[in-house]
Amino acid sequence: MMTTTIIWTIVILSGLGLLLALVLFFIAKKFKVEEDPRIDEVEAVMPGANCGGCGFAGCRAFADAAVKAPNLDNNYCPVGGNEVMKKVAGILGYEVKEKAPQVAVVRCNGTCENRPRTNVYDGASSCKVKAALYFGDTGCQWGCLGCGDCVAACQFGALSMDPVTGLPVVDESKCTACGSCVKACPKGVIELRNKGPRGMRVFVSCVNRDKGAVARKACIASCIGCGKCVKTCSNEAITVENNLAYIDFAKCKLCKKCVEACPTGSIHAVNFPIIKKKEENNE
Amino acid sequence: MSKTTFSLGGVHPSDVKIAREKAIEVLPLPQTVYISMAQHLGAPATPCVAVGDQVKAGQVIAEPSGFISAFVHSSVSGTVKSIGARKDLSGKDMTHIEIAVEGDEWVEGVDLSDTLVTDIPQDKAAVLEKIKACGVVGLGGATFPTHVKLNPAPGSKAECLIINAAECEPYLTCDYRIMLEKTKEILVGAAIMQMVLGGCKTVIGVEDNKPEAIAAFKSAIKELGYQGMEVLPLKKKYPQGGEKQLIDAVMKRQVKSGGLPISVGAVVQNVATALAVYEAVQKNKPLVTNTMTVTGDCLPESGLHNYLFRIGMPLSYIAEYAGGIPSDAAKIISGGPMMGKAISNMDACTVKGSSSLLYLSEKTTKRQSEGSCIRCGKCADACPMGLEPFLLNRLYKVSDMDALEQNAVQDCIECGCCLYSCPAFIPLLDYIRQAKGQVMGIMRARAAAAKAAAESKTENK
Repeated sequence: MMTTTIIWTIVILSGLGLLLALVLFFIAKKFKVEEDPRIDEVEAVMPGANCGGCGFAGCRAFADAAVKAPNLDNNYCPVGGNEVMKKVAGILGYEVKEKAPQVAVVRCNGTCENRPRTNVYDGASSCKVKAALYFGDTGCQWGCLGCGDCVAACQFGALSMDPVTGLPVVDESKCTACGSCVKACPKGVIELRNKGPRGMRVFVSCVNRDKGAVARKACIASCIGCGKCVKTCSNEAITVENNLAYIDFAKCKLCKKCVEACPTGSIHAVNFPIIKKKEENNE
Repeated sequence: MSKTTFSLGGVHPSDVKIAREKAIEVLPLPQTVYISMAQHLGAPATPCVAVGDQVKAGQVIAEPSGFISAFVHSSVSGTVKSIGARKDLSGKDMTHIEIAVEGDEWVEGVDLSDTLVTDIPQDKAAVLEKIKACGVVGLGGATFPTHVKLNPAPGSKAECLIINAAECEPYLTCDYRIMLEKTKEILVGAAIMQMVLGGCKTVIGVEDNKPEAIAAFKSAIKELGYQGMEVLPLKKKYPQGGEKQLIDAVMKRQVKSGGLPISVGAVVQNVATALAVYEAVQKNKPLVTNTMTVTGDCLPESGLHNYLFRIGMPLSYIAEYAGGIPSDAAKIISGGPMMGKAISNMDACTVKGSSSLLYLSEKTTKRQSEGSCIRCGKCADACPMGLEPFLLNRLYKVSDMDALEQNAVQDCIECGCCLYSCPAFIPLLDYIRQAKGQVMGIMRARAAAAKAAAESKTENK
């Protein structure tokens, strides 16, 4: 009695399993989703950060879009850069347009020293909230608010707040130019700029569009729109609009004349081998 | 009769109406006034005077630039010095007209005497036109143009005019003072609005911490012999003066999400608005003055005032006249302590809706450091709109806009009860206000897209 029950159970369950397996097999055959195998291949060479810097939801979505697109003109992975894009192009047989590597640049000089605090903000620690409430705790309504929305937005740990200056600092070795911080900043202080040869670049570290006197009163290192830099520039790389100078990084030849010409010191030149020269002088 | 109040949520801050015994004083004129073009909800007005023009007090200096917009009048007589950007209360640039004060000459036809005019004109359209021409806006806080509110869309009928005399914000006493000093004027103003709305019932809702005002209204109604007008004492609870809360307290009806008060047959107007309507219709006086309270817990008894101010007076001038800014004031607020805005720019000027200059000490105003949410639910208990602030806060942190909309973040009235009740001092309202702004933006964009789609459909046909 006991043995027959066990045998029947085994037979019925095995039969059921076999039957369902067959049903599943045929359904899988019949409704098979054809997927381009290249999507998997492309995804495999992607950085896998899912940061959304390319404009898609993640690396898989990017791979899908890249495979379906007729060329790679509108699809570029800023994190992987040219290397990854070359691999992607190799898989898909497309040509890739090389892009100069970029980096996030904080365009604000408003350190605690340069830009005195005029009031105390004790609301929620978020730049977005602060920007919606009022012009900020300094006289400058354009510059960095210092609550670190960009730091929170960075998925690569490339941004940190400097407790002394109250401004965010970009770690260039970690920054992938994905642009999350640019989107997170309600004041539009951060910009993606070409990294430049050996990281050397010249930029206006200010976004103040107030008239010179007003800007200067709020922050001693602000751009006052005087136009001296425009006159010194021999490459026509600098334009002044709304009392604010802007250097076109595509035209800039890194001569640094504008840095010397700027009366407020709002034009910054970074990663130039200046420090070595100074040391030589000191010696 | 047991006193009534709104049904959901609410908090009970101490009312500290310390300036209640101070009679209204008239502020002397400053040398210069700066009149803002954005003194009302909706599109900013467009200046219609030029630099160098001579203007008189009460003269139109800016015209409305849209359906929801209002006239702006000069509050003083003098010369227009400049028209340009100037920082407002929150430091944002807004067009202001600068007028150098010369004498105090008013335009013709304005009755500046104190005589009470009780004969109400019966021509609705003419009265509405007058209210519009005098630039009257709601003075309860939102500064919504009054002529728009008093002219409900065809098909909807006002059953009850509610005069909002709750003044539920702590410290503020300017409404209370006009209730005592201008009782009859307010009632005539209410009667005018009652006539415009087609003779509906009128209820004046007063919180029970103002028994003198309740008594004054009762005897004045009897004296004027108004029918269909009653005073309803309300149990003190914040935010009683919120439009939807007051409708709930008075009519026991709830306005549904996204609906207007008129959908339940209610029109709510503030006492100060009633007074402005009276002055506009009976005295031809445009809205260029209002009352404000100078108060706070770091002011001595002698520093408390209720002032009648002209619009465009710099706040620093008023502060100076009132005796200077107390040294221990940690925060200066325009408006009440619950919903008011901290002032970061004392050079800003008074606008139609200014209601106070509030000096608070560090002890009462300093925010504590933020703790962790333990989901005690106090914020949900306190929310007068029946929302769940702790949930909205979490949804905002993960930017889930669909869920925020489903949880009705757009219904938030920004009263601050959640923040007030949170034992972990989480700045709930700060985040929810952001979430509300974003969700409202999405909703507006969707409505605009739907409208455009409908229009293109009809065009194709």
